[in-house]
Amino acid sequence: MNIHEYQAKALLKRYGMNVPPGVVVHSPGEARDAAKTLPGSVFVVKAQIHAGGRGAGHFLGESSGGGVRLVKTPEEAKAAAYDMLDRTLVTRQTGPAGRVVRRLYVEAGCAIDRELYLSLLIDRVARRITVVASDAGGMSIEDVAEKTPERIYKVPVDPALGLSDYQSRDIAVKIGLTGQLIREFVQVMRAAYTAFTTLDAALVEINPLVVTKEGTLLALDAKMGFDDNGLFRHKEIEELRDPNEEDPREREAARFGLSYVGLEGTIGCMVNGAGLAMATMDIIHSEGESPANFLDVGGGASRERVGAAFRILLGDPSVEGVLVNIFGGIMRCDIIAEAVISACREVGLKTPLVVRLAGTKVEEGLKMIEESGLDAIVAEDLGDAARKIVAAVRSRRAA
Amino acid sequence: MSILVDKDTKVLVQGFTGAHGTFHSEQAIAYGTKVVGGVTPGRGGDTHLGLPVFDTMEQARAATHADATVIYVPPPGAADAIIEAIAAETPLIICITEGIPVQDMLRVRVALDRSKSLLVGPNCPGVITPDACKIGIMPGQIHRRGGVGIVSRSGTLTYEAVAQTSDLGLGQSTCVGIGGDPIKGMDFIDVLERFVADPETDSMIIIGEIGGVSEIEAAQFLRDSRTKKPVVGLVAGITAPPGRRMGHAGAVISGGEETAEAKIEAMRAAGIHIAPSPAEMGRTLLSLLKG
Repeated sequence: MNIHEYQAKALLKRYGMNVPPGVVVHSPGEARDAAKTLPGSVFVVKAQIHAGGRGAGHFLGESSGGGVRLVKTPEEAKAAAYDMLDRTLVTRQTGPAGRVVRRLYVEAGCAIDRELYLSLLIDRVARRITVVASDAGGMSIEDVAEKTPERIYKVPVDPALGLSDYQSRDIAVKIGLTGQLIREFVQVMRAAYTAFTTLDAALVEINPLVVTKEGTLLALDAKMGFDDNGLFRHKEIEELRDPNEEDPREREAARFGLSYVGLEGTIGCMVNGAGLAMATMDIIHSEGESPANFLDVGGGASRERVGAAFRILLGDPSVEGVLVNIFGGIMRCDIIAEAVISACREVGLKTPLVVRLAGTKVEEGLKMIEESGLDAIVAEDLGDAARKIVAAVRSRRAA
Repeated sequence: MSILVDKDTKVLVQGFTGAHGTFHSEQAIAYGTKVVGGVTPGRGGDTHLGLPVFDTMEQARAATHADATVIYVPPPGAADAIIEAIAAETPLIICITEGIPVQDMLRVRVALDRSKSLLVGPNCPGVITPDACKIGIMPGQIHRRGGVGIVSRSGTLTYEAVAQTSDLGLGQSTCVGIGGDPIKGMDFIDVLERFVADPETDSMIIIGEIGGVSEIEAAQFLRDSRTKKPVVGLVAGITAPPGRRMGHAGAVISGGEETAEAKIEAMRAAGIHIAPSPAEMGRTLLSLLKG
């Protein structure tokens, strides 16, 4: 789960990170009022979407300028807000469709001396929380890794010891900090690490971390992502979820405990097990069509969950056919068959449906589908199922 | 001899009296697994399914001398249950639980790396040697004793491989589901080195997916092992978009080496035969064994 920049900054500040003063706003008037309350004579108005590259992005339509604007007066802040709110911002991370900007963050500007990079993440190979730092801040770390990998420092943290201050000092020296800034960097690292471990984060990224002309360290941008498996113990993080940033189909699926990812193709899939769901997508692809989604109904799929899954698939206008692929292990095929039949009746089946059942009580399940009068094509195995749904979709398209 | 478990393996169940623990223990006992008791804190002294319940793993191990434990404890307490099993010096720990926070697993790894215990999972179907010992949630009846060793990150794709090899009369020596989490216990290599050395295993199926690099390490290991046993590979997620998590916590592409294509290429280069589709794992292996 991801959160907005302003939310990440508020969390990090709580753990001792130095961030610029700022106010989140939802209207041009609020942006003007916010600027009036902030110190200094330069303000930054920043679009709040869950994607990077906002400054270099562009708005759809007749707006010039990106998603981060520098302004000098409250009236200019209002004008900038008017120009950005409710418009679609396209960045290199949003894809061509972009994201609608619904919130802005108005911050006090600062005089930048140098830009640094800092992130904490979980390195699955090292099995450690790892600190990544660079003296090349303010640009994408992927670009730095490609062009000047020698400017990136990675330091793994022993989970039994936690982060030690000496590690922070080592990193500080490597990214060119001296004198008092080394001590300040230790504070930055303590804040980032404490936030990371306390909140079950998956990512803390501060890019740039700036050295101001006044000689202090300031987190100018901040991004945080969280381990979905850890959310049960952080209700306050769950509340930061912004439904506007999520695919409505995925949100609906999550409500029923289904694992769903929307894709570009036309064949809807309902499968049990993540690996089998991916394999089903792959075999559709190898038969020459594309999957409309990844959908794992899980091991204990109830009638309610199967029904919800069907509603999501059949409610998707790009779906031209549905493939149900269940390997009933503990889950019985007769229960699945019953759920599929009632869901089809309830939702109304308008596209070809291929059902492949295997495992426990498969004969009973297939018999139920046959006797239901449902217009379903039964498949023998995974390969047969993929061929049949592709053929059915194509013959319908040709008709 | 099979790997990890056999007909004499004595098994404890952590989370014994819960719904999952009860259901799967009944299934395991019916399959012939030597379940010797279980742990549910606060229920020590009770009898469940005709077997003793203990408050702690230390008591359970002392009383039963169990060789293995299987964990059905829900996510908030699952990592602690694994660490408790490690502290009780349980030789084999199998964790079925899905949804353990990754930072909990980092701590589990510290305890595990300092111990002699083996961990399978979490977020896995478990381990089975057909007709001898079933520990986990896999459907017993699709298995058949034979020579194919199966190791996989996916539960239901393992069942596909099992059903295909059973139907073709090959059967399985042992099936190990290593699980779909990014931080886990045994990885492909840990299982493959045992299959390579196991006289009862005459061939292998390895089922990977997007995310991480352990399929690539596994391919290099098999090449370096110079094993003569034929190996069939499958990597799920050719059509998965980068940056999206596909169900499993560990199934996400965040770098070039983590794609299905990169893994398939590494497997091919190591002499592993890639199944042309998930429906062809069994037939691909059969043609190699005949050839």
